Order: sequence, then C-alpha cells, then structure tokens
Amino acid sequence: MRLDLAGVSACIDARPIVEDVTLTARPGQFVALIGPNGSGKSTLLRTVYRSLRPSAGVIRLDEQDLWRMRPRQAARHRAILPQHGQAVEGFSAAEVVAAGRHRHKRPLERETPADQAAVTTALERVGMDWAADRLMTTLSGGERQRVLLARALAQEAPLLILDEPTNHLDVGSQLHLLDLIRSLGLTLLAALHDLDQAAAYADQVVVLRDGRVAGHGPPLEVLTPAFIEEVFGVRAHVGPHPITGRPHIAVASPVTMSDELITTGIREGG
Amino acid sequence: MTDTLTLPPRTRPAPSRRPHLISGPATGLLLAALVAGLVAALVVGISIGSVNLPLAQVWGVVWAHVTGRGAQADPLLSQVVWEIRTPRALLAALAGAGLSVAGVALQALVRNPLADPYVLGVSSAASLGAVLVPALGSTALAGAFGVTGAAFAAAMLSALLVYLLSQRSGRLLDSWLVLTGVAVGYLCAAATTFVQLQLNPTELQGMMFWLMGSVAGASWPDLGVPALLIVACMAWLALQARALNALMAGEEAAIAIGVPVAALRIGLLVAGSLLTATVVSVVGGIGFIGLMIPHMVRFVVGADHRRVLPVSLLTGALFLVLVDLAARTADRPNELPVGIFTTGLGVPFFLWLLRRRAKGGGDAA
Repeated sequence: MRLDLAGVSACIDARPIVEDVTLTARPGQFVALIGPNGSGKSTLLRTVYRSLRPSAGVIRLDEQDLWRMRPRQAARHRAILPQHGQAVEGFSAAEVVAAGRHRHKRPLERETPADQAAVTTALERVGMDWAADRLMTTLSGGERQRVLLARALAQEAPLLILDEPTNHLDVGSQLHLLDLIRSLGLTLLAALHDLDQAAAYADQVVVLRDGRVAGHGPPLEVLTPAFIEEVFGVRAHVGPHPITGRPHIAVASPVTMSDELITTGIREGG
Repeated sequence: MTDTLTLPPRTRPAPSRRPHLISGPATGLLLAALVAGLVAALVVGISIGSVNLPLAQVWGVVWAHVTGRGAQADPLLSQVVWEIRTPRALLAALAGAGLSVAGVALQALVRNPLADPYVLGVSSAASLGAVLVPALGSTALAGAFGVTGAAFAAAMLSALLVYLLSQRSGRLLDSWLVLTGVAVGYLCAAATTFVQLQLNPTELQGMMFWLMGSVAGASWPDLGVPALLIVACMAWLALQARALNALMAGEEAAIAIGVPVAALRIGLLVAGSLLTATVVSVVGGIGFIGLMIPHMVRFVVGADHRRVLPVSLLTGALFLVLVDLAARTADRPNELPVGIFTTGLGVPFFLWLLRRRAKGGGDAA
C-alpha cells in the first residue's frame, strides 16, 4: 500500500494548522513524522484518519482518493492507533480487539472462527493474550496501548498510522513495539517524539515546523546537528551508538551544555 | 512479509473469572428469564389493582377480549380490567423499555455516563408543551394536537434546537450537546414554571400529576405510536450495535475501523429524542430509568451493545411494570406517584450493584 499526500492543508476553527504538506510512503516503508509540539503532526494525521477533511490537497492510497472512499473501504486500507485511547468501562480486552474486525462484518453477523483467530493472534502479537478476558479499566496505561495496537492489527490493513505509539510505554516496551511494527511488513506512518528512535527505525523522516515540511528524506541526511538545533532548539550530536555502533542522535539542552551558565548558576546559588 | 515479531508477554496471573457477571451463552438465558419475568409482571399487574376483583373474572374478561368470544362479564368489571388495567400495564412496559433504550442511545451519543434521555432538554420541553395547552386555551394548540401532541411537538423542537446549536458543519460535538441540552432544558423549565403560575388551581392539579410522571389514565390508543417507534428505533439500534461499541472508544477509533461516525451520531440523536419525546408526551417525566437501567445492565453483561440493547429494553419494561404495581398497591386505594418508587426501589439496587462491582476488582489502573 502506497500513501501519497499531495499539497495537504488543514484548518481547525478556520485557523490553518497544516499547510501544503506533500509526502510519500512507499509500500513497506516506515515514515516517521517528527516536529516540535504544536507543529501540526496530529492534525496532519487526522486528515489521514478521515476525522478532519483537508482544506486543500489530496490524500491517495494506491492512487485512490482516501476522502472519496466509503468508511468501510477506507478501513480495509488503513488501520490507526490514535494518541488518546480511552478505556471504556465494561469492555474486555478481547472485545476491544474484536471491534477491529468491524469492516469484515455485516450488521448482526456473529463472530466467525476467523475473527476469533484474528483477535487471538493480534493479542498474542502484542503479548497480551493473557488479558483477553480482563476489563480494559483494570489494565495499566501501557497495557491498554498494547491492546489498542492489537485492535489495529486485527483490522488486517496494509497501512498502519500511529500517533506517538510509544507514549505511556516503558523504555523496553517502546523498543519492542517499534521492533514489532517494523516487522509486520506494513506501510507505516508514525508521529514520533524521540529523534533517536526515528533515526533508528524509520526509512524516511518528515519534519514539520509550524505546519509546513521543514525537511524530509532518509533520517541521517535530514537530522543533522545544525538542523535539529534550528528546529527543536537543542544541541545535538550524531555519533556511533555505544552499544550497537549504528548512528545515534544524542540531544542536550543548550542551557545545561553551557559551562559558563552552570558556573554562573553555582556562584549565584552559593 | 519478513519474520514477524511479537512483544514479550507481560506475565500476570490469569483471571479466575469471566470479565462480566453474565456473558456468552448465559446472556440468552438472561433474556429468556427477563421475558418470563415481564410476562409474569404483566399478569400480576393486570390481576391486582386498587380494588380487589376475583382473579377468574379478571382473566375471563381478558380472554373474552383477546379471543373475541366468551361470556361478557359485568360491564363495570370489564371496563376496569380491559380499559384501565391492561393498557396501563402495557404502557408501563412500553415506557420503561423506551426510556431505557433512549438512555443507551444517548449515553453512546454524548459518551457521558451522566447522560439520560432528558440530557437534551427533551423532557422539560415536553412539559412546557403540555402546560401551554391549558394556558393558551383549548382553541389554539389543543384543538389540533391535544396535550400529548403538543408535548411531543415541543420535545422534538427542543431536540432540533439542541442539534442546530451543537453542530458545526454537520458534525456534532459531544461536550456542546450536553451543555446546550442542559441549557435548553433549564430555559424550558423556567418557562413552564412561569406558565404554571398563570393557570388556575384545578388546571394545575392535572398538570402536576403529568409533570411528575404517571402511567395512570392509559388507554389503548396511547399504545400504538410508542410501540411502533420502540420497535423501529430498537431495530435500527440493533443494526448499529457493533458501531456503537466502536463509538464508545472514541470518535477517531470508530472512524479508523470504518464506522460512518457523523451519520451514526445524527441517527442516535434522532432515535434518542424520538423515543424520549414519545414516552414523555404519554407518561410525563419519569426519571431515573433512562439513566440507571443502562448502567445496571452494563454492570451485569458488560458494555457490548449487542447485549446491552436487548437486556436494557426488557429490564426497563419489567422495572416500570413492577414499580407501577407498587405505586398502585402500596397505599390502596390511594395512588402514589410512580417517581417515588422508581427512585426508592432503584437507587438502593443501583448502589448495591455499584459496590458489588467495585469489590470484584472492577476499577484499577
């Protein structure tokens, strides 16, 4: 599944939030969307969710206009892990994951063995099969996030869109989740906060600043120290990762990095 | 596809019990039990009333009317059983069912556990419509509609107003829905109070009974429209059950899995306000049922709408038939307002369920 955004702009309350964004995710590619808070990442993703209609531009899935599809047809092509997963009282994890099968079902149709198998497989994938019969409200934030990912997987769509999927997860679970989604062979578009994770996992990064594309391309070509400092206002260093030896982005606040400020602070504090 | 990974399992002790008190095949048994209970309650409701009548004669009358043959009993007895008790018991069942289903629909629409059928101001508007009839005199409104028609018209107008005020380019915003609904409700309540002050005491007395809610005075013609609407709305909602489950988890999640969210929410608003307006215009503002029955049902069968909808429908019907029975018989031959019993019986049961669920480890995280 190929995803193309061509000249996409989006407004909230008539205020432009995203302007003229063009990006492409080729089949099987992992495209990371990065940018400071308020740069328009979530708003841009909402246009791909079909929860916010673009004010200009077009979004295509394999040459088909996403916004001209019927809801179920769109659900056949793309699954979503939204940022704010709400835990609703009274639903078990298995019931939440089963909702991902919606597009496969007619109204009043019962769950088939194929649906049950898809639910079980999805829960196993995210390591939550033990929780199938647990109520969502009894799970921790990270566990809920895994269940919501399982719901997206149960949808069996070739394109997966994720809005900060590693939120709420401990550091081990973050890396496992990124390993997992990368291993699925799906086309991925994910908003990520961690530049180092974006560099390590994504094939392409698209950097948003003030709703516009500030840079795009392979991570290490785009995320140079000078570019990171310009967009995020932090000092950055790209060097070999101490464990893996692969390129690694380390960042630091310009304030803590300044010896002069630290010394001044100590002198004034003392 | 490359070799796929799985996240390492978070090993935790397996749960010893099912997630819901009643799930799976037991739901069928529960539904059967509720149908049996409802039939039994209707039988008792028709057999017992503020005056004692011999059971054999009571059912002789019912049998004669249902089959269209058999000996005609004493006309007074026939009148009491067939024209008063039977439609009253049936109306209680319909009203209870309608309010519960409306509660389910509107709780899914506004995704707020405090939502009830009256959250959109429909009940206050119906009251306003009803008091306007005697206030304006029988010539203007009442001639065309009667009190019931005026109440229904006012209720639907308020729902339309709330819809218009809480949508932006066709999309409903849930927080606005609740706030505009409450605001419109207060406005109608204030207007009702003002109109009531203009009425004379005799007109007011009839009104008060209606404002508090009552199934007394039910007649056969009252039953047709509510019955039809309940069947139609329930059928539509049953078709949407899966989509409603998805909607509860959030708008984006529902869109993601292919639910036409905007259309679904407008449908919910229409179904919820039609049901509420119909019930309120016939029996007045009976509280509690539409709020609490859906919650109670979720405590027992979980939140899956494929179970919540039919179980709520039957539980609401059963509950109001029993409550009306209590209201008629607790202080014979006087009748107490049904609202005293809906809350008096319902609240303790609701709190017991709530505590019981908390003890079972319902909430954590």
